[in-house]
Amino acid sequence: MESMNVIVCVKQIPDPATPGALGADNTLKRDGKLILDESDSYGVEMALQLVDAAGGGEVSLVSMAPNGEVSGMRTALAMGAAKGMLVSDPALQGSDALTTAKVLAAAINKLGGADLIIAATESSDGYTGTVPEQIAEVLGLPSVTFAKKVVITGGTLNVNRQTEAGYDEVTCPLPAVISVTAGVVEPRYPSFKGIMAAKNKPLETVTASDLGVTPVGWAGAGQSIVSVTQAEARAAGEIIEDDGEGYAKIVAFLENLKVI
Amino acid sequence: MIERTEEHDAFRAVVRDFARRELLPHVDRWEAAGELPLEAVTKMADLGLFGIAFPEDLGGGGGDFTSLCIAIEEIGQVNQSLGITLSAGVGLGANPIHSFGTPDQQTEWLPDLIAGRRLGAFGLTEPDAGSDAGGTRTKATLDEASGEWVINGSKAFITNSGTPITSIVTVTALTGPGEISSFVVPAGTPGLIIEPAYNKLGWHASDTHGITLVDCRVPAANMLGARGTGFRNFLKILDDGRIAISALALGSAQACLDLSVEYAKERQAFGGPIGRFQGLAFQIADLAVAVQNSRNLTYGAARLKDQGKPFKQEAAMAKLYSTETAMTAARVATQVLGGSGFIEGPAARFYRDAKILEVGEGTSEIQRLVISRGLGLPVG
Repeated sequence: MESMNVIVCVKQIPDPATPGALGADNTLKRDGKLILDESDSYGVEMALQLVDAAGGGEVSLVSMAPNGEVSGMRTALAMGAAKGMLVSDPALQGSDALTTAKVLAAAINKLGGADLIIAATESSDGYTGTVPEQIAEVLGLPSVTFAKKVVITGGTLNVNRQTEAGYDEVTCPLPAVISVTAGVVEPRYPSFKGIMAAKNKPLETVTASDLGVTPVGWAGAGQSIVSVTQAEARAAGEIIEDDGEGYAKIVAFLENLKVI
Repeated sequence: MIERTEEHDAFRAVVRDFARRELLPHVDRWEAAGELPLEAVTKMADLGLFGIAFPEDLGGGGGDFTSLCIAIEEIGQVNQSLGITLSAGVGLGANPIHSFGTPDQQTEWLPDLIAGRRLGAFGLTEPDAGSDAGGTRTKATLDEASGEWVINGSKAFITNSGTPITSIVTVTALTGPGEISSFVVPAGTPGLIIEPAYNKLGWHASDTHGITLVDCRVPAANMLGARGTGFRNFLKILDDGRIAISALALGSAQACLDLSVEYAKERQAFGGPIGRFQGLAFQIADLAVAVQNSRNLTYGAARLKDQGKPFKQEAAMAKLYSTETAMTAARVATQVLGGSGFIEGPAARFYRDAKILEVGEGTSEIQRLVISRGLGLPVG
């Protein structure tokens, strides 16, 4: 391809260094400054590399946040994305994964679609891990998950798809939606010039109703958060005394985790 | 807090993230090795840190001096050696060429200095002329036959002068009675002798050497600025440098404050965290006030410079106050950390590194002199 347009779905989340609190409805408070979810920095980097490799085109962003916060999107623009669309609406508060997918899909359509849509496998705050596939379904596009390597050849998407045992080689036609795993590429640091340029890049804010998506938020959610429980404290690790056969126990331990 | 833009905040976040991910994990190793880690310089160069405040048409970032101070502070919070390497590389290496160089001199040396591929050094201080820079003894005489300047003398404590990527050392020298000029001496010039690296109290991962010049010949075209302007021009460079050193000191003080707060909340003694003892808590509270003052003075002076307003007095005040705060902060942090602060680690390192801040690029005494004169006092 001589030119390729990629849309990356990015989530802006509270800074994990200063974790936020839960509201009365058991959702994370998102009223302060939001940063680019680190999981999404991989998708942005991959999109920039794919556009570079194609020799033309641009990277656009779509995001959804209850407040009008754009700090996280500015970070992605500073990395090199060309433009963005934020869907921001108090009515979005409480949206479930499917509503989120409908809203993002509508934003993608509003931007005119793309050759490829990239999302992270899962966000670092919600971890539902279902939005990318739902976006594909809403848009009627093929979906490839857990992409660890992506190459475009002659309009075809070639993906190494991470599995427990290794990876599958998957091909599919474009346009398509892929979810990328963390660590697949080394996200660049925004340059000083990039940060300055980001200030003047187009960043459009629209509401859910502008996009014709209703109902959203709690009204549209097919789920509710009944209760939240503190995660169990991590148990102490197992100490293996080496009696000369210690390696066997370690191998068995790792095999059990399916990491070897 | 001094006003700053969203872009300043975004840039600070990037440098902080970079410093903590790319530099911090290696700092112990680099400091123990006792020499400038080129891999760190390359990483900082790739991020564009050496070019932030230079114009874009020269390959720089087109940013303001405030942004450079932010970078120096953030790098300095992680490692002072790398902070001074950046500060000196920009302020003493590239800036004199940018401020006073001819178009030819700029074309030859500036692009690599701005990109951080090469480092430049400035030789002003001599074994017998420090604060009294007017007492320079190094001499340059014009060889009429060849048209070259022949430089003889010695320089002391010259940062970035002996690294494998040092491209130039700019030196001040007498070109006549009471007439000081400066010359760009390319690394490797015969007669430019870089002495072995000093064994320093701190700044172990920064590069500092004495320099001896023995019949060191440079072309007439290597004179930097007009003949006789060497001293005056260098004083201008020093005014900028004072704000930069203030930012470096602020980084040290902030890091010591953060270490103190963290440790005082975690360390248990007499049945609870030691931070509940007012004897410690109040020292840390006072330190927080001093750090905030340093921050305001540093970025206040930087803003004046960015606005093109006079800043000599404010730069001297910032440098004086921030560097003395860095010393206090290092003393408080090592006291709060107790024995842990005496073991090799960040607190011990900031303690060693802080002292030079009160000395380099104008001692505290010189800052007080500048401030006194600025007040119109008849001091000598």
